[in-house]
Amino acid sequence: MKDTDIKRLLYTHLLCIFSIILSIFIPSLFLENFSILETHLTWLCICSVCVTAVNLVLYLVVKPNASSRRSSLSYKVTRFLKCCIYFLMSCFSFHIIFVLYGAPLIELVLETFLFAVTLSTFTTVPCLCLLGPNIKAWLRVFSRNGVTSVWENSLQITTISSFVGTWLGAFPIPLDWERPWQVWPISCTLGATFGYVAGLVISPLWIYWNRKQLTYKNN
Amino acid sequence: MRLGSGTFAACCVVVEVLGVVLFLRGFFPAPVRSFSGTKHQAEPPAPEPSAGSTSNWTKLPPPLFSKVVIMLIDALRDDFVFGSKGVKFMPYTTYLVEKGASHSFVAEAKPPTVTMPRIKALMTGSLPGFIDVVRNLNSPALLEDNVIAQAKAAGKRIIFYGDETWMKLFPKHFVEYDGTTSYFVSDYTEVDENVTRHLDKALKRGDWDVLILHYLGLDHIGHVSGPSSPLIGRKLSEMDSILMKIHTSLLSEERETLLPNLLVLCGDHGMSETGSHGASSMEEVNTPLILISSAFERKPGDVRRPEHVQQTDLAATLAIGLGLPIPKNSVGSLLFPAIEGKPMREQLRFLHLNTVQLAKLLQETVPSYKKEPGFEQFKISERLHGNWIRLYLEENNSEVLFNLGTKVRKQYLDALKTLSLSLSRQVAQYDVYSMVVGTIVVLEVLTLLLLSIPQALSNKAELEVPLLSPVFSLLFYLTFLVLSAIHVIVCTSAESSCYFCSLSWLTAGGVMMLISALLCAVVSALTKVFVDGKLLSKNAAHSNAQWSELDLLILLGTVGHVLSLGASSFIEEEHQTWYFLVSTLCLALCHDIYRNCLLGDDCELQRSLHMEECFGSATPALQDKNAGSAVLELNRGCKGPPSLDALRGFEKWMVLASPWVILICCRLLRSLNQTGVQWAHRPDLGLWLARGIIEARFVYVFVLGILFTGTKDLLKSQVIAADFTVKTVGLWEIYSGLVLLAALLSRPHNLPVLVLSLLIQTLMAKFVWKPLRHDAAEITVMHYWFGQAFFYFQGNSNNIATVDISAGFVGLDAYVEIPAMFLTAFATYAEPVLWASHLVSFLSSEASSGSALSHACFCYALIRSFPVSAYIILVTSLRYHLFIWSVFSPKLLYEGMHLLITAAVCVFFTAMDQTNTKS
Repeated sequence: MKDTDIKRLLYTHLLCIFSIILSIFIPSLFLENFSILETHLTWLCICSVCVTAVNLVLYLVVKPNASSRRSSLSYKVTRFLKCCIYFLMSCFSFHIIFVLYGAPLIELVLETFLFAVTLSTFTTVPCLCLLGPNIKAWLRVFSRNGVTSVWENSLQITTISSFVGTWLGAFPIPLDWERPWQVWPISCTLGATFGYVAGLVISPLWIYWNRKQLTYKNN
Repeated sequence: MRLGSGTFAACCVVVEVLGVVLFLRGFFPAPVRSFSGTKHQAEPPAPEPSAGSTSNWTKLPPPLFSKVVIMLIDALRDDFVFGSKGVKFMPYTTYLVEKGASHSFVAEAKPPTVTMPRIKALMTGSLPGFIDVVRNLNSPALLEDNVIAQAKAAGKRIIFYGDETWMKLFPKHFVEYDGTTSYFVSDYTEVDENVTRHLDKALKRGDWDVLILHYLGLDHIGHVSGPSSPLIGRKLSEMDSILMKIHTSLLSEERETLLPNLLVLCGDHGMSETGSHGASSMEEVNTPLILISSAFERKPGDVRRPEHVQQTDLAATLAIGLGLPIPKNSVGSLLFPAIEGKPMREQLRFLHLNTVQLAKLLQETVPSYKKEPGFEQFKISERLHGNWIRLYLEENNSEVLFNLGTKVRKQYLDALKTLSLSLSRQVAQYDVYSMVVGTIVVLEVLTLLLLSIPQALSNKAELEVPLLSPVFSLLFYLTFLVLSAIHVIVCTSAESSCYFCSLSWLTAGGVMMLISALLCAVVSALTKVFVDGKLLSKNAAHSNAQWSELDLLILLGTVGHVLSLGASSFIEEEHQTWYFLVSTLCLALCHDIYRNCLLGDDCELQRSLHMEECFGSATPALQDKNAGSAVLELNRGCKGPPSLDALRGFEKWMVLASPWVILICCRLLRSLNQTGVQWAHRPDLGLWLARGIIEARFVYVFVLGILFTGTKDLLKSQVIAADFTVKTVGLWEIYSGLVLLAALLSRPHNLPVLVLSLLIQTLMAKFVWKPLRHDAAEITVMHYWFGQAFFYFQGNSNNIATVDISAGFVGLDAYVEIPAMFLTAFATYAEPVLWASHLVSFLSSEASSGSALSHACFCYALIRSFPVSAYIILVTSLRYHLFIWSVFSPKLLYEGMHLLITAAVCVFFTAMDQTNTKS
C-alpha cells in the first residue's frame, strides 16, 4: 500500500517538475523575445497556469483521498467555487504579507500580485486539491504530528520548502551586484520555484527513506 | 566559586568591552606622523642639489604670491561649479574657469567627509585618521605642522571669517577673526552674511597677507532640503558675486604691488543626493578646487575636464606659494600647473623641496623605505637635478639645458606621484598585534559564554566558575610565560608603532594574565562539557526533538545576521535584515498563536504527550543538576501548551490580531524614515532646538525626578526588603523616565516611532508573551530583535552621517562635552535601551520564576557578544577591502558602542537580579 503510494507520489511529482520545465521552454517557440528574466510576468502567468492545470489533472486522475460517498453535482459546484474563493483569498493575503514585509505599496503592484498568485499556485492549489476548502484540515496538516498519509506528508514538505525558498530568495535583493535577477520580485519568484521543485524532489525520497519510522494514524 | 549567571554574563561583557577597546585601538591606525612633528623648530631648508660645484641657493625660495585669499564653501561639490548648475548660477566663476587666468581641478577628499578632518587635510596636507570623526565637534587645537602655523611663524598676518571650527583648530593664529557657528542648521542666510559683512572693510584695508573665508550656508541648505533644492541656486549665485567682488578687488590692488595675488576657491567635502555627507560616495568626495591668479596664463577658451587631484595637494601648493616650508606631515604633491610659468631653475627647486619633504616623511614612517620605488625615483631625479645645476652654472647651451630640465621635471613629477601614493597607503597600516590581543580576549569570552549555556540557563541559574584552581595551575603560568615572551619579542622587533607595546608593563602584564586566566577557564569548562557530554549523550536526541519552530527561527536568524555582516551591502542595508527578521518573527508568532487557538481539540492530545515527555525527562535532569543540556527546552516542555481557551472573547481576538497590528506598525515605521524625504527635512528642527531650551530643562527635571523615585523604590526594596511590588513599580518608573527622555531627545518626526514602539511593547507583553508563556530566553531574544529593528526605524544606519548630533544640544546653551556625548549616545541607542529596560520591567513584574532575570541577562550578553566577536574577525580578514573605511569601520564603531551599552544594561540586570534574590 505504502510503497505503491510512494511510487505514485514520485510520478506525480515528476510530472509537476516537468510542467515547470515546459513552462520555461515551450513558450519561446510561440512567443518572440520570451525569457524568464525579461518577460518575467508572462512566464509567471504561464508557469502558474501550467502548475495549476497539472495539479488539477493529477488530482482527478490519481484521486489520493477518494471519498467513498458519491456527492451531488451541486455539492461539487459549491466546493469548486469555495476553492476558487480560497485561492483568491490566499493570493490577496500573500500580497498583503509581501507589502508588510516591505514590498512597495503602489509601484509594481502587478508584479507583487503575480508573485502572490505564483506562490499560491505552489502552495494553496495543492492544498485545495488534496484537502479541499477545509481550514481545520489544513491546520492539522501543518502542525506537528498531524499528517495522516503519504500525500499529506509530501504536501507539508513541498509547501514549507516553497515558503523557505521564497524567504531565502529575498536575501540577494540588497546586494550591490546589479544583476537583472535581483529586481523585485524576480529573485523571490525564482526562490519560490526552486523551493517548490526542491520540495517535489525531496519529499518522495525523504518519505521513502523514513518509511519505517513514519506511522500514520489511518494505516 | 559559584556565580549567578547574570553576574557571570555581566562580568564577561565587561571583559569583552576591554578586548574590543584594545582591538579598536589597533584597528584605527594613528595617521602618518613625522616623529619630530610637534615642534615647529626652523629646520634649514634642503639646499639645491648639485654635482661638483656648489650651489649658492640654500635659502627658501621667495613667495610667489603677495596675498592669498582662500574662499572655502562648505559642501561645495564639483558639479555645483563645473556642472550645469555652475553654468547657470555661477557665471563669473565659469568664465574664470573657461577663459580666465586660472587652474581648475577636482580635488578628491578622502573619507570621512566631515568638516574638521577636511580642514585638517587642507591645511596640514596629511590624512587625518578615521577616528577624527568622533572628535569632530570637539576639535582640539591642531598641533601638527600646518600652513597656518608656518605662515604665522613667518610673520604673515592672517584674517579669518567663517566656521568657528577653524578658531578651535588654530586658536592664536589669526590677527582678526569672527566665527560663525554651524549650530543652527536651519539658518542659511545670516550665517553667511556674518562672513560677508567684514569683506568690504578687509579688502579695502589690505593690511593682511592671508584671508580665509569659510561659508557654511550651502552645507546648511543641503542638510535641510537636499542638493536639488531651489535654495542651492540662489546660494551659488550669492557665492559667485562674492567671488567676483574679491577677484576684482585683488586685481585692482595688484597694480600697486609687484607680486601677483592668489585666490583659491575650494570646498571641504561634497554633498550626497540626500544632502548629507560623511561617507565616500562620488558626490561627497569630489570637490572643486580653483586657483585664480594673474600669474597664470590665460586659457584661450579650452574646456577640458578639470584634472583630478588630491585634497591634500593644496597644503604643499600654498606653502610654496607663500614661500613657506612645506608642512612636515603633508603627503600631497605640489599642483604643478601653479608653478608652470616660473623659470626652469625655480620649478625644479620647488619640486625638489616637495620631493625631499615627502622622502623624509617616508623615511620616518616606513622602515624599509629604501626599497620603495618612490624613494629610488627621488634619488635618480636628485642626481639628474644636480647635473642640470652644474650645466646651468656653467652656462651651457640653452636648448640642451631646456631639454634636460624637462626630463628632470618629468622625473620629479613621477617621483612625487609615487611617493604621495605610497604615503597615503601608509594610513591603512594596521596595528596587528593589538588587534590580535583584543580578538583573543573577545573570542575567549565568547567561548566561555557558549560553553556555559547549559549551566547558566538551568533552573538554578547559577554556575560554577573555576577561578581559583586555574590561577594556581601549571597551564596558567605556562601560558603567561609564553605570552610574556611573545610580547617581548614582538615589541622589541616591532618596526611600526604598536599601541599594546606602548602600554606600561604592568598593564600589559595584567592583560596577559587575564588572557591566560580566561584560557584556563575555557579549558576547564571544555573538559567539563566533555565529561558531562558522555552522560547526556543519550538525552541529546530527545532534547533536539523539542526545538520549536520559534527557537529554530531565533537561532537561524541570529546566525544568519552574523553571517550577513561579511558583505558590505548587507551592512549598508542592515535595517532590511532586521525588518525582515522581525516580520518573520511576527508571522511565526502568528502561526504559533493560531495553532494554539484553533486546534483546541488537538491540544488535549498534545498536552498529554507533553506530560509524558516531561516525566520522562525529569528524572535525568534531577540526576545531574548542574548540567542539563536542554534545560531550557525542558522548561518549555513541562509547561505544556498554553491554554488560550481560558481567555475571554475580547482578549482572544486581541491575541489573534496583535501580530498583524505589530506587522502593520512595523511597515508604517519602515516607510517613515527610509523614504522619508518629506519628513526628514522639515525646517522646524532648528526652531525647535533654538526655542526649547527652558522647556527641555523642565523636562530634564521631570526625567530626573522620575528616575530618582524609581531608584528610591529600588533601593527601598533592596534595603528593607519591602513588598515585591515596590521593586516592580520602581522598575516601571525608571522605564517611563527613559521613555520621557527619549521623547525629548528624538527628532519631532521620530515621535511616531516611539509611540508605536510603546504600542508594540504593550501588545506583545499583554497578548503574546503573557498568554503564550514564552520562556525568558525567547522573550529576551525577541526584545533584542525588536530593539534592533527599532534602532533602524529611528532613522539610524551603519553610517556615521546619520548620528543625530543635535540631540546632544537639547537643553544646552553651548557644547558641553560630557552631557552632549551622553545625550547623543542615548538618543542614538534610545530604542534598544528602551526595549532592554522594558525587558527588565516585564520579566520582574511577571516573575514566573526567580531565575528569569539572570537567564535574560545571560542571553542578552550572549546574543550581543556573538555578532561582535564574529564581526571583529570578519573585519580583520577584510581589512584590505575597498569599502573598509566607508562601510566596515563605521559599523565597527557602532558595534563597539553597542557592546558598551550592552555592558551597562547587563550590569543593571545583575543589580536588579541581586535585589531580587535578596528580597
